[in-house]
Amino acid sequence: MKAMLTGLLQWTDARFPLTKLWNEHLARYYAPKNFNLWYYFGSLALVMLVIQIFSGIWLTMFYKPSAEEAFASVEYIMREVPMGWFIRYMHTTGASFFFLVVYLHMFRGMMYGSYKNPRELIWIIGMLIYLCMMVEGFFGYLLPWGQMSYWGAQVIISLFGALPFGLGEPLTLWIRGDYVVADATLNRFFALHVAAVPLALLALIGAHIMALHEVGSNNPDGIEIKKDKDASGVPRDGIPFHPYYTVKDIWGLAICLILFAGVLFFAPTFFGYFIEKPNFVPANPLKTPEHIAPVWYFTPYYAILRAIPDKLTGVIAMFASVLIFFFLPWLDRHPIKSIRYRGTLFRLLLGTFVITFIVLGYLGTQAPTPAKSELGFRLGELYFAFFLILWLYSKERTQSFNYTVLGIVAVLLIFFDAIRFDSENGALMLVSSLLVIGYFVVFVLGSMYTRLNQPKPVPERVT
Amino acid sequence: MTTDVDAGRRRFLTATVGVVGGVAAAGVAVPYLVAWQPSERARAIGAPIEVDISKIEPGQMLVQQWRGKPVWIVSRPPAVLEALPGLDARLRDPDSSQDQQPQYARNEFRSIKPEILVLIGICTHLGCAPSYVKQDEAPLGAGWPGGFFCPCHGSRFDYAGRVYSGVPAPTNLVVPPHMYVTDTRILIGADEGSA
Repeated sequence: MKAMLTGLLQWTDARFPLTKLWNEHLARYYAPKNFNLWYYFGSLALVMLVIQIFSGIWLTMFYKPSAEEAFASVEYIMREVPMGWFIRYMHTTGASFFFLVVYLHMFRGMMYGSYKNPRELIWIIGMLIYLCMMVEGFFGYLLPWGQMSYWGAQVIISLFGALPFGLGEPLTLWIRGDYVVADATLNRFFALHVAAVPLALLALIGAHIMALHEVGSNNPDGIEIKKDKDASGVPRDGIPFHPYYTVKDIWGLAICLILFAGVLFFAPTFFGYFIEKPNFVPANPLKTPEHIAPVWYFTPYYAILRAIPDKLTGVIAMFASVLIFFFLPWLDRHPIKSIRYRGTLFRLLLGTFVITFIVLGYLGTQAPTPAKSELGFRLGELYFAFFLILWLYSKERTQSFNYTVLGIVAVLLIFFDAIRFDSENGALMLVSSLLVIGYFVVFVLGSMYTRLNQPKPVPERVT
Repeated sequence: MTTDVDAGRRRFLTATVGVVGGVAAAGVAVPYLVAWQPSERARAIGAPIEVDISKIEPGQMLVQQWRGKPVWIVSRPPAVLEALPGLDARLRDPDSSQDQQPQYARNEFRSIKPEILVLIGICTHLGCAPSYVKQDEAPLGAGWPGGFFCPCHGSRFDYAGRVYSGVPAPTNLVVPPHMYVTDTRILIGADEGSA
């Protein structure tokens, strides 16, 4: 029996690189031995993709992509298709978990400098995957044809209407295929959601993994393990991905799936965050919901959009806040990769960015009040300031360089406040500006007059 | 079989094939992109409508439907027009600075001809249908200068569709694109720029 299987494998290997692929990507792919908890999220994202593909294919078997029937067909899936509710909630919960896992995966990359040389392309391909996911999420959210589906799509498509030179209106018309969000829009979003974007996602994920396995994984110490190989050419600090990390990842997957099942069975709408409450009402083009907010994974960017009083500038800022991540490898050129050895101020900087991102995300779900809009604007400033400070920290800067940067920043901040000045909110603007001033004092003056930005010695071998 | 390769000729042919192929690819992309434009059916349903206003009496309102939305055509008597500037202090956006009307309706009457007002009859708050309430009429009673009142959440608009301060609606009522075909016929949904 065994001889037969070996024979079959040899027969296959002569015709298809089966063993070669297995070795290159699993059995002889040497990953650093010091992976920690943060290294679960890559493989978890892959599992989430598989869940989305399977549940998605099954949903298309019952869903009807027409304005007349879409809402009813989703209710049909929920109430009448055997286990239909399970498949549908798996898909909606899966979408949110996919984003959650990917956000943690990206944060891992930012902590350990995984986007830096030689992994810039892995990061950029990863960003393209993230963009595809956002587009996929946006298209998918229209399909149930509920009130929030409809009005969310209306708001997002109208963003393109802000384009100057008379391009905006024709572009929104072209995207919708009608004068309002209508059957034509739903139909094309369905096609893009179930075929076009998933194909692009699969191709990009393949490229992401190929690029990763070409240069090798980074690790929590940010040390290149390939620089220290034994006589047989195996990195001394590497262990084969299979069986070591496959087993580890299965353990992480089990924990993740427990949480996933918890949400799926006990809180499938997750208190209106995974499926917003107005989406249980059929789309009505004549009645706007009380308050329109996107799903949670878009809200940080939505908060930045809303915080800016001018529509076009807001749209530009929103797109810039997503696209700026593409430039991360060239903004942060500090030679030390890992947060472990970059000093206290870097930890504080990244921590502040995470808080900024989360609070912006919260603000994006809320109805705008003057105080919340003002906070959103200031946090938007801090959001972009993070990238500026990263760039500033890339190397040793002279005092005069730092002061010049501070001067330019001060002029810009005052300019932005002057053009949006409003006597009713003057006091609020003044108070909130302390947030930004404090930020720059801590991170620029802190790096000049304290030793908090001093890097620590990086060890030779992983710890 | 000769070993002499004319590199220049080869480069030229490669470039030519590349350019011709590129043009073909661009050409074949056209139908794919054009297919996203509104279909003939969508165009027909969304086409501009022509309204005869020759029989409209001063103070009267005509309601038409365009792209599924109610369009109001109101004939305003001169007394109403004279009273409009006096309301400015009580309005949120008296000068129509928000982009809720075509450029040609961005004036004190929010209309092309002062007496004829054209509006989309959907409240800018949550899309309810406001009602036309003339001066001192119920439910607003004495002291109401006349205009539009949304019964859902109490938003009020003046005789030019401008929103009052302190009501839930954030912006003025929308003026749709429109133009005069003749003196008494209005085309709603198209204007000089688009027609």
